Amino acid sequence: MQLTSPQFKTRSREKLADANLQAALKKLQGNFVKGRADRVAELENFPAIRDAAADIRSRTLENLDAYLEEFERNATAAGATVHWAETTGEVNRIVCELAARYSVKKAVKSKSMVTEECALNEALEAAGVKVVETDLGEYILQLANDPPSHIIAPAIHLTKEQVSDVFEVKHERPRRTDIPGMCQEAREMLRGHFVTADMGISGANFIVAETGSTLIVTNEGNGRMVTTLPRVHVAITGIEKVVPTLEDLSTLIRLLPRHATGQTISNYVSVTTGPQREGDSDGPQHFHIILLDGGRTKLLGGDMQDMLRCIRCGACMNHCPVYQSVGGHAYGWVYPGPMGSVLTPTYAGLENARDLPNAATLCGQCSVACPVKIPLPDLLRKLRERQFEQGLKPAMEAWGLALWRWAAQRPAIYAMLAKVGARVLATMATKHDGGKRLIHALPMGGGWTDGRDMPAPTGTNGKTFRELYQARQNRQ
Amino acid sequence: MSARENILGRIRASLRRTDSDGAAARARARIDAHALSPRPSVKGDLAALFRTNAVKLLSTVAEVTHLCEVPATVAAYLRAHNLPMQAVCWPEIAALDWAASGVRMESRPARRSYDSDLVGVTGVFCAIAETGTMMMRSSGNTPPATSLLPETHIAVLNLSQIVPSMEEAWQRLRYTYGPGPFMPRAVNFVSGPSRTADIEQTLTLGAHGPYRVHIIMVAEGD
Repeated sequence: MQLTSPQFKTRSREKLADANLQAALKKLQGNFVKGRADRVAELENFPAIRDAAADIRSRTLENLDAYLEEFERNATAAGATVHWAETTGEVNRIVCELAARYSVKKAVKSKSMVTEECALNEALEAAGVKVVETDLGEYILQLANDPPSHIIAPAIHLTKEQVSDVFEVKHERPRRTDIPGMCQEAREMLRGHFVTADMGISGANFIVAETGSTLIVTNEGNGRMVTTLPRVHVAITGIEKVVPTLEDLSTLIRLLPRHATGQTISNYVSVTTGPQREGDSDGPQHFHIILLDGGRTKLLGGDMQDMLRCIRCGACMNHCPVYQSVGGHAYGWVYPGPMGSVLTPTYAGLENARDLPNAATLCGQCSVACPVKIPLPDLLRKLRERQFEQGLKPAMEAWGLALWRWAAQRPAIYAMLAKVGARVLATMATKHDGGKRLIHALPMGGGWTDGRDMPAPTGTNGKTFRELYQARQNRQ
Repeated sequence: MSARENILGRIRASLRRTDSDGAAARARARIDAHALSPRPSVKGDLAALFRTNAVKLLSTVAEVTHLCEVPATVAAYLRAHNLPMQAVCWPEIAALDWAASGVRMESRPARRSYDSDLVGVTGVFCAIAETGTMMMRSSGNTPPATSLLPETHIAVLNLSQIVPSMEEAWQRLRYTYGPGPFMPRAVNFVSGPSRTADIEQTLTLGAHGPYRVHIIMVAEGD
């Protein structure tokens, strides 16, 4: 996927003005945020379950090499072939080679963010393989040639009218505008692809060391189709997705859907182990698993290791006031929201995503909502420190801070400048809201006042904090 | 050096370990312990709890006393929903007396074509009370496509197949088919009809899989 993170500020401004997006993001609060809160409240021992989930993820990472080898051994014994890919380019090369080996003309895909990292669809199309996304949201985006804006609800930024427009053109059928009708139309189009595809491509929410199994959760059933019908199945996932046992898997499955969509369990949890067995009437004849590093080992052993616990539920973005305001596209890569603001700079380079670690208020909601207790605000703060150390902060910010430091070390000058500032700002108060004096527009400070009003300094003609404090001391 | 060795080498270097300091033994011991983590307590009448949770996830449920009542129950459901009196099923279901029910039942996997069979009838391996979920294992006699391709899925389960949580479901699978490799090609957990909310976050049933899931709970025998 094309990286557009450097344009974060420009795109954020566009997104703030997008009324459809704003309505969709508001709706997300009612559905996903409330849903998560309700489902978590139903678990009387939720804190203990959450601690256990975080512990499973952490302890697995501490012995990641051994669990991956155990997974490989058991998956191979079950008849699967395990491939290792250091880069996203290697994933694409392996899948294209498999497509050639098995004479694949058409591949159906279940939603996979790892393959978005790889830009696998483009690579396969270039190799002459037709690729069809089958998650409804991803299918709509593929037809519209638009990237996902949420890792769970990828097409959240589109209205049903926009979907109608896309379907009318691409399906060449009479226009439908009712949501059940559009879903049925997509079902009919995609059913034809499921039964004729040669290859099924899926991600994996988890892989299980004990049994060599890969697992995907879906609500639509497309994950089951993709792993059941085509004669070749390729599962592609990151090396951090391994869990030791089926018991550990049960703990994580208890939390993933609750945090993702506010469901107690996803409609379909599908665990696949090896290819078709003797006597089976369905299932792929060939089953390949690709384990991607793609920058993940860079996070191990360092101060970003906690990020590898991530189970891709999306709760952090649903709860983030910045994501809630600008949506996913502004972040400019595969992963939006707080988890994306950590992953994009670490995978794609801090210099390519300067704004992302700063696209957070550090309010802490993301870490409260995280099912595996990733300290996202701490990680974002560390990235900001790294930016400073590497001289990646914008020049204006560096000059501003230098100026402030100079003044702050000279109390008399600081007091005088603050006094002038407060008086000037007080004259700019243009709006009275319940007796409150507010600044509606600030010259050169549009970043602050475009989206909200700034409170004006209080006191007659505007007083500084120190003046107000002194006045209060004198009164006592 | 292969990608595999490079990746494993980088992991070991990052974790500041060599490959001979017992990581494999630690991992093996952790797996063999099959430790259970804290989980919600699932108490009381498992069948009632399963039923409540299955209905919450939009399955419909019928209860019968004997297995021999299943054909008539299926027939009544199909009639009530104006569905064709024709279905495909797993062999274990075919053994029931369908002749008198008026349902033309065929014991074969669902057709893998654009227009598949409309009704599929299956059993289950077990069912999970905590979430109202059915667990199905794949095999020649229990093809997964039967619960996936038809627009209507009817599942028959016995109350003795209901376990509290997913952990017990795995234990039952391990106990039944182990020791040694016990996983079938596919284990499918199904919790109601197929659904999507990808257009304007509006819940719609029947995205790719069945529009309807009807569960028949049989009280006696197994």
